[in-house]
Amino acid sequence: MIGNIAHSALLVSVAVVALGVILTPVAIRGNRREWLQLVYGAVYTNFLLVSIATVSMVVALVTHDFSVSYVAAVGSRSTPLLFTIISLWGALEGSILFWAWVLAMYAAAVVWLHSRRPGDLVPYAAMTLLAVSAFFAILLVGPADPFRPVFPVPADGPGPNTLLQNHILMAVHPPLLYLGYVGMSVPFAFAIGAIISNEATSNEWAQLSRRWMLASWGFLTAAIIAGMWWSYEVLGWGGYWAWDPVENASFLPWLTATAYLHSVMVQERRNMLRLWTLNLCVATFVLTILGTFLTRSGILSSVHAFTTGSIGYYFLGFIGIVLVATLVLVAGHSDRIRTPGKLGGAASRETVFLLNNLFLTAVMLTVLVGTLYPLIAEALRGVKVSVGEPFFNRMTVPAMVALIFLMGVGPSLPWGSTTIADARKRLTLPLIGALIMAVIAIAVGTRSIYAILAFTFVGYAAMGNLREYWNGMRARRKAHGESWPVSLMRLVRGNRRRYGGYVAHIGILFVAIGITASSTFRTEREATLLPGETLTVSGKTVRLKNVWGREEPQRSVIGATLDILAKDGSVTGTLEPRMNFYRVSDQPVPTPDVKSSIKGDLYVNLMAFEANGANATIKVIVEPLVPWIWFGGLVIVIGSIIGMFHGGRRAAVTS
Amino acid sequence: MIKFGLAALLSLTFVIGRATEAQTASPRPRATIDADSALEARTTAVASTLRCPVCQGESIQDSPSELAQQMRAVVRDKLRAGETPEQIKAYFAARYGEWILLEPKMTGLNVVLYVLPVVLILGGLVIVIYLVRKWTRPV
Amino acid sequence: MNWKRSLIALLAAVPVLALFAFGFTRNPAEIPSPLPGRQAPEFTLAVMSPGEGAMARTPGDTLRLADLAGKVVVVNFWASWCLPCRTEHAALSETARHYSGTPTQFVGVLYNDEPAAGLRWIAEMGGMAYPGVTDVESRTAIDYGLYGVPETFIIDPSGRVAHKHLGPITAEVLRRVIDSVLVTMAPGDTTAKSKAG
Repeated sequence: MIGNIAHSALLVSVAVVALGVILTPVAIRGNRREWLQLVYGAVYTNFLLVSIATVSMVVALVTHDFSVSYVAAVGSRSTPLLFTIISLWGALEGSILFWAWVLAMYAAAVVWLHSRRPGDLVPYAAMTLLAVSAFFAILLVGPADPFRPVFPVPADGPGPNTLLQNHILMAVHPPLLYLGYVGMSVPFAFAIGAIISNEATSNEWAQLSRRWMLASWGFLTAAIIAGMWWSYEVLGWGGYWAWDPVENASFLPWLTATAYLHSVMVQERRNMLRLWTLNLCVATFVLTILGTFLTRSGILSSVHAFTTGSIGYYFLGFIGIVLVATLVLVAGHSDRIRTPGKLGGAASRETVFLLNNLFLTAVMLTVLVGTLYPLIAEALRGVKVSVGEPFFNRMTVPAMVALIFLMGVGPSLPWGSTTIADARKRLTLPLIGALIMAVIAIAVGTRSIYAILAFTFVGYAAMGNLREYWNGMRARRKAHGESWPVSLMRLVRGNRRRYGGYVAHIGILFVAIGITASSTFRTEREATLLPGETLTVSGKTVRLKNVWGREEPQRSVIGATLDILAKDGSVTGTLEPRMNFYRVSDQPVPTPDVKSSIKGDLYVNLMAFEANGANATIKVIVEPLVPWIWFGGLVIVIGSIIGMFHGGRRAAVTS
Repeated sequence: MIKFGLAALLSLTFVIGRATEAQTASPRPRATIDADSALEARTTAVASTLRCPVCQGESIQDSPSELAQQMRAVVRDKLRAGETPEQIKAYFAARYGEWILLEPKMTGLNVVLYVLPVVLILGGLVIVIYLVRKWTRPV
Repeated sequence: MNWKRSLIALLAAVPVLALFAFGFTRNPAEIPSPLPGRQAPEFTLAVMSPGEGAMARTPGDTLRLADLAGKVVVVNFWASWCLPCRTEHAALSETARHYSGTPTQFVGVLYNDEPAAGLRWIAEMGGMAYPGVTDVESRTAIDYGLYGVPETFIIDPSGRVAHKHLGPITAEVLRRVIDSVLVTMAPGDTTAKSKAG
């Protein structure tokens, strides 16, 4: 019943979005602008219809309506309510539905906020968003239909994928990811709208799209960090990034979006790099679709890959249409969009942004080619090869270390031009930070050259970014006699974009320190312990207390309780790594336990155990500064929120 | 059809294997890894470059699976016997195919994979320098 | 619109799309083994169950591949916890009995399992017509590039891997490969050269 309603709603939405797409050019070319209200109506109606379908799905999941195919595939009466609700995005069809809903929401928000703007930019952007929506709507009534009727109706279902119902971050990471991924359709829509409406020659589309990109970038960054945290907490090997194709797929649009957020500043201030910025905007969207294609087509093997079906062919068709349409549009109009470059001087922030864009793009292409290379090698050489962590680390770490350095140089240099002497003066002070960090890094025993450089440049960049705050606050105190906190608040409020950006930089530096330290100084040991026996890893000692078992409605849990011992032998805490055996799967899901402090993590995983509880094989990993990564993610999000809500737009001025 | 059936089968055997091992308490040797930390570090370095055959994209260093653990033991023994990391990688590549190397060999077409990032950065630097010079030239 | 430029840009999309389309024809989970056609890795393994007739070995003895030169050797990796191994077991035992008396030797290598569990399994399955051997720490399995069980290797009389089979093997496949290897041997000449494949 509820399945029929939802399916009908989706069928109607296909018609509605198709109508909206066709109506837009008719209304504009035919000079019947009042018809545009119908287009906007289509956007709102689509949002309403997809919302009906999404809510129906949640209701079907919660009420265990196993006559709905998706519920029959992922639902289970024994799954806790929260995990039942979030299994909405736990498998293929549901995730497509959720995607369509987020997209419909973004489209409605764009129309709501911008439809009063004169000109053809917003109508064509709405048309683009409707066209993308059309693809997902077609998937939902075709190959990814989650509302197929099931007969006979099963009494119970298998429940969600066990890895996905084992941790609460499953409720956090996917929605953030979709908000980030799908949100990047909006800047893309503005870019396409700008080309079709001939407004790409002005900078207004960039100002509109910039804010949406910043919001999506914030979501995507949060999603990537949350995803790292999630895999750290559930996969049991103490790592957070494995350069898996699906992880790479989330990283690729992040790189181009980051490049875009910098180049768009040059475009707005200097009226240059317009074509390049537009290309980054379009590339970001194409990479989100490509990433989705790789996740859902099964052409690359990955831990995170969804089960596959004919949906891969639809995605291939969609990528084909998107690539062809955007390439034809952008290349065909490139002569008009392109702007002449003009720089005040080589020692300027603009130059640093060019380098930033170069390194980000180079990392993106390296990761892209590396991810696709197994396919390329099989096509050209007929041999199966793997491209994994060692390759990606070797090839991308140097560029990423260089980017950390540039993060310190950029904010230190002014827009426009400066003299060499002034530039030298501005770039010297952060060297103090660099020196301090270099000394610390070497003192604690860092030997890898890239790790030393990373720490050093983090010091440089931290000093460079913090100085901007310091200088600004000092100037305000002098001019207005403000107290430190007041001057900080007013400084940030005066130029949210700029100071929000610096906050995001600081967040990135935290992430960089966390990653460098935890990968450089990670130590691990594994041993089979009898109760009472201890295991020591780089100064941290744990003692096995006992091995126990517990029955829960949807799973059996086997756990080991370990005491953390201080130097004097006193117990300072306990850890309970577990192995969860879900009814539906023979494969146990490891559930490591982590004791975090500002200095780092003590990570303990239960690897194996004797059935009678006589012993347990325990892996202990000591990873310094891992929590800094999660904290850095939070700082980045705060930075992007600050930057998003800036006041009126800034005119192209030179400083 | 056949290929998908086969893949499902392989994963099935693995899954069942793991579960049984866990339930009947895989009797892992009680001897803890020997104290030779230098050898351990070298083992970790080599094991990190080999792909676990029964996992998805994990190295045998990171995988908790029985086979990966045993392959690590092979790596450790071969290092102790004086073999070089290159010889050990060649051994595994001869048995499992090039697929097992997480870092492709720098030969043939694979060279492109290694040269491309360098070319991108160097070429990009040349372009940036060219553009900055062009754009700062007084009109 | 500059259509010429559009067209050039369009051409750039072709290889990318062709690559993805190619991806659909491949299965990333299917990894070809480099072993067929190469010399089979040597092994020396302890016999845990005897087998029957001409193929029988005494438990406690060691079984070495080198000692089997001149014979067609069928090496089957199995385990008591492996469900598909149950499916193929009858086909293996029957085929072994069929070739008993010919220069053919079947060997069952126990993979990642307790010998006791393996012996129980054999009893439960109504016996195994060929000797079972144990593989400490899976050294031989790794030598053979094993992904999982069951996997079966057929080694020709010169010691080269003639065939590798993934998953449960059938009597038809076994007979076809063994026969094709046997015909390359001249009658009475047990060390005849044979072609791999």
